[in-house]
Amino acid sequence: MQTVIEGLAYVLGDNIDTDQIIPAEHLVYSLTDPEEKKNYGRYALSGVPAANAGLPEGGKPFVDEGQCASNYKIIIGGKNFGCGSSREHAPACLEIAGIQAVVAESYARIFYRNSVDGGFFTPLESQTLLTDEIKTGDSVKLDIERSLLTNLSTNKSYPLNPLGDVLEIIQAGNIFEYARKNGLIPQSG
Amino acid sequence: MGMTLTEKILSAHSGGKAVKPGDNLWVDVDVLMTHDVCGPGTIGIFKKQFGENAKVWDKEKLVIIPDHFIFTEDKHANRNIDILRAFAKEQDLPYYYDVGTENYKGVCHLALAQEGHNRPGEILFGTDSHTCTSGAFGMFSTGIGNTDAAFILGTGKLWVKVPETMRFEFNGTFPPHIMAKDVILQVIGDIGCDGATYRAMEWAGDAIMQLSMEERMTLCNMAIEAGGKNAVIQADETTERYVKERTDKPFTIYESDPDAKYRLKKIYNADEMEPVLAKPHSPDNRATVSECKGEKLDRAYVGSCTGGKITDFIAAAKILKGKKVEIDTFIVPATREVEQDLSRERIDGETLMDIFINAGAQIGEPSCAACLGGPKDTFGRTSDHQRVISTTNRNFPGRMGSKTSEVYLASPYTAAASAVTGCITDPRDFLYN
Repeated sequence: MQTVIEGLAYVLGDNIDTDQIIPAEHLVYSLTDPEEKKNYGRYALSGVPAANAGLPEGGKPFVDEGQCASNYKIIIGGKNFGCGSSREHAPACLEIAGIQAVVAESYARIFYRNSVDGGFFTPLESQTLLTDEIKTGDSVKLDIERSLLTNLSTNKSYPLNPLGDVLEIIQAGNIFEYARKNGLIPQSG
Repeated sequence: MGMTLTEKILSAHSGGKAVKPGDNLWVDVDVLMTHDVCGPGTIGIFKKQFGENAKVWDKEKLVIIPDHFIFTEDKHANRNIDILRAFAKEQDLPYYYDVGTENYKGVCHLALAQEGHNRPGEILFGTDSHTCTSGAFGMFSTGIGNTDAAFILGTGKLWVKVPETMRFEFNGTFPPHIMAKDVILQVIGDIGCDGATYRAMEWAGDAIMQLSMEERMTLCNMAIEAGGKNAVIQADETTERYVKERTDKPFTIYESDPDAKYRLKKIYNADEMEPVLAKPHSPDNRATVSECKGEKLDRAYVGSCTGGKITDFIAAAKILKGKKVEIDTFIVPATREVEQDLSRERIDGETLMDIFINAGAQIGEPSCAACLGGPKDTFGRTSDHQRVISTTNRNFPGRMGSKTSEVYLASPYTAAASAVTGCITDPRDFLYN
């Protein structure tokens, strides 16, 4: 598990649901075929209405037209991030687009669980609302061991909630590796 | 200390010791359900983790119900059905409800109930957030992703954190113009669309226990719209009758202890309920129907796991009988059984199907259809700025297809009354005049 992540932030508001993260019409692509699954990167966050895409100004696409990867590495979200459907395509598409961490004020349960069990990226919780403190395009640094997010553009730091119960699964990589480590399933698959 | 219904089911499936909220348990799974959107991904992970020739843990406990993208020309969507079909053959699965055959059912959450896969006291996981619907049968049921589903396919187990329970008690009797959809939209409006995050929503009270199984399913279906992990209603004679008509498998009825601990108890007077709706763009954006009266609409939609059951169509037909719709109106039965019932159920001698056709509504094939937008050729999908009144369960931006469409969630009574006038209309204007 990577403990320090540095990159550009992409800022979103409250209640970013899974249909905004990956609209249902795109849930048809293979998640195993390496070429076909790039489509998930292409359409990641394509359901966010333009006004809310990349706050505070909006109008900033997460992935540029024709591309499959994003220039942003860390998403800053508000409350109830990932609400809605159980589609694992939602955390998967963010990872495929190049996201390494999401920092939100709170998460919907299934999205959070899918992010952890599937080992897509680390979902972290902020202690305060960061969407007013960080702008889309700011350079940020995430120190997971110290539970700290720093906005390198302003030099201000923000404490995050420790990972708690799910830390062991995140450290193992995903639920399968965690289960193997703990003797719940056989070592070789 | 006593346990809630949810805690008792989780305890019984993890070795029988008492459990409390916050405990992490490995539970034994009774049923795993998947469909065409998440099944192929689940199968891919299962094979990667357990081997190309791995067998599922128990083929009697796996139910595959294709329902999302069925009546479409989309090549990738059709390829995904082929993957399910091949897997069902390879694993010799008894419960695969194949597209294009007499065995095709339609929307998974209602098909689970109609085919006898919902049984009190059991644990059911599904790769769909509305799997919480099955809690109407006094069981623990919740939505999971592909990875967790693949883990179950290989092991028959999954880790669960025991949720705190919130209890919603409705005493008295609901007025005849109130449907379960009004009740759940009222509650989501009260607690917010993250008000039950990580928690169980337990429904109780005389008014709840008077509801049919279909209405109970509507109530439990939308627990996820409040962030809930699961919803649950104590099984009673109504539940037993429904279940025994559909399966011979034994089941266990659990009930909450009188001294069980709740995170919160909210008590409502059922007699005082008003018809409500959720305005765009969130299921907790509640208003009374009378507050929105007269707002212009472009289309009406009656369908989905939460709003496409025969109870929902009987309600819509009561209002549409002998009338013409003013706006495009889409009728989508959730399953083949509901579709057949449209031609069996009658109001004053006229079948529901005839009532809808004579009113000028369009009837679609049983599937999830436009509830979640779907491929471009999906029946009823929004394509522009349309303003829709719908009996479905979600109205976040773009949910029904177009990012610029606006969706109002409402009961079948309210949707049908609004279809007749072309603007938001209180169903009492039709039901009592």
